Amino acid sequence: MLSKRVVACLDVKNGELSKGVQFVATEMLGDPVAKAKAYYEDGLDELVFYDITASSDQRNIMLDVVQNVAQEIFIPFSVGGGIRTREDAAGLLMAGAEKISLNSAAVLRPELIKECAQAIGTQNTVLSMDVRAVVPNTACPSGYEVVINGGRKAMGVDAIAWARRGCELGAGEVVVNSIDADGMKQGYEIKLTRLVAEAIPVPVVASGGAGTPAHLHQVLTEGKADAALVASMVHYGDYRVLDIKQYLNRQGVKVRMNY
Amino acid sequence: MRPSVIIVDYEAGNLRSVQRACETVGLSAEISADPEVVRHADRLIFPGVGTAETAMGTLARLGLDEALVSFFQSGRPLLGICLGLQVLLDYTEEGGRDCLGIIPGQCKRFQFVESDYKVPQIGWNEVSKASEHPLMAGVPEGAEFYFVHAYYAIPDQRSHVLAETTFGDKTFASVIGRDNVFATQFHLEKSGRFGLELLAAFGKWDGAVC
Repeated sequence: MLSKRVVACLDVKNGELSKGVQFVATEMLGDPVAKAKAYYEDGLDELVFYDITASSDQRNIMLDVVQNVAQEIFIPFSVGGGIRTREDAAGLLMAGAEKISLNSAAVLRPELIKECAQAIGTQNTVLSMDVRAVVPNTACPSGYEVVINGGRKAMGVDAIAWARRGCELGAGEVVVNSIDADGMKQGYEIKLTRLVAEAIPVPVVASGGAGTPAHLHQVLTEGKADAALVASMVHYGDYRVLDIKQYLNRQGVKVRMNY
Repeated sequence: MRPSVIIVDYEAGNLRSVQRACETVGLSAEISADPEVVRHADRLIFPGVGTAETAMGTLARLGLDEALVSFFQSGRPLLGICLGLQVLLDYTEEGGRDCLGIIPGQCKRFQFVESDYKVPQIGWNEVSKASEHPLMAGVPEGAEFYFVHAYYAIPDQRSHVLAETTFGDKTFASVIGRDNVFATQFHLEKSGRFGLELLAAFGKWDGAVC
């Protein structure tokens, strides 16, 4: 039986680890490669790196990080942030990433999903979407709206419709990130996650709001997510990856325990 | 120095990951798209992601299809990974394509009535041994490996099924093999410690089944 995945997300700025609260980078946490390795050894199932470097001339730093990570860890990892062309995507894959994650650039130009899926394969093309709750309206009947640029710009696009469209264009997996819940440690946006999971034929990764192992349990069962993303709850040492997986295992969620 | 492993390059994805994993377990590995290099390798890894259709087209264009069959006939060890497993069979439903025919059988797409099982299968799943094989000796029962695939192999002969995995209500062949060929549907280069151990065992294997 397929296991549910615990995924750790590392925000990387200028080659260093950073953890934002509601999308504003606040603290720097050190070397992403060392952190990635520690999680790998602790039984983490997958990693996501988001490059939040602002200026494009610093992009090569991220390729170095990816290459260094790929030499140290042997579980899948994806990279997001700043991917605007199929060449960007292919370059990250060549550097050692398993998948690439498209966000704002795909909202602005949806064809990018198709181009990447054709160039590197559907299974390696992830659509990551930042979503906020709104009063249901004509443009966003689900009550969830897609936002871009790290949550600063609302797009008037319905989150559920966008997830469906992304899959049609070739996304092989969808990350649903609630910007309302992000960094708050009060739990995932269960309703949003479940709506997306029920609407699309590919796996869903829940993101934003994890504070305790019980939050992961809830989103992996009630929220119907295939994987749950964690950040601050492991970065600051509140929980170890191992603690989270043991908890899920005790609750009857199938996770990889032998590693 | 002559590399211990040649990794077949047919423009099908992330070969560097496989190369790094080889280096980590002490195997020198070179990536090559040259049919002559492939034909005369001591040991061959045939990885791959993407579609079988594109893969078969590229293999034919580069002359690697014949090189792979000829390598198989040499009796030297061959490791197929993911798409590299699927195209070893006779035929795949994906694009309705004839494949290399090294292992008799075909590939089919996962079909589920129950919508809770999402295709492709992405993630870690258990691998249970179906028959004895020297490379599987060190793999503990129920060890999990990392899968990303929408198609699965159905070998004609039961003896070619080395291990099985259950996805949804489907139990499929996740490791297949015949003589000097050993192939995994999962990505052993992304499967943590157990994946690296399997790769290390391949590096020592002489291609004999018993």
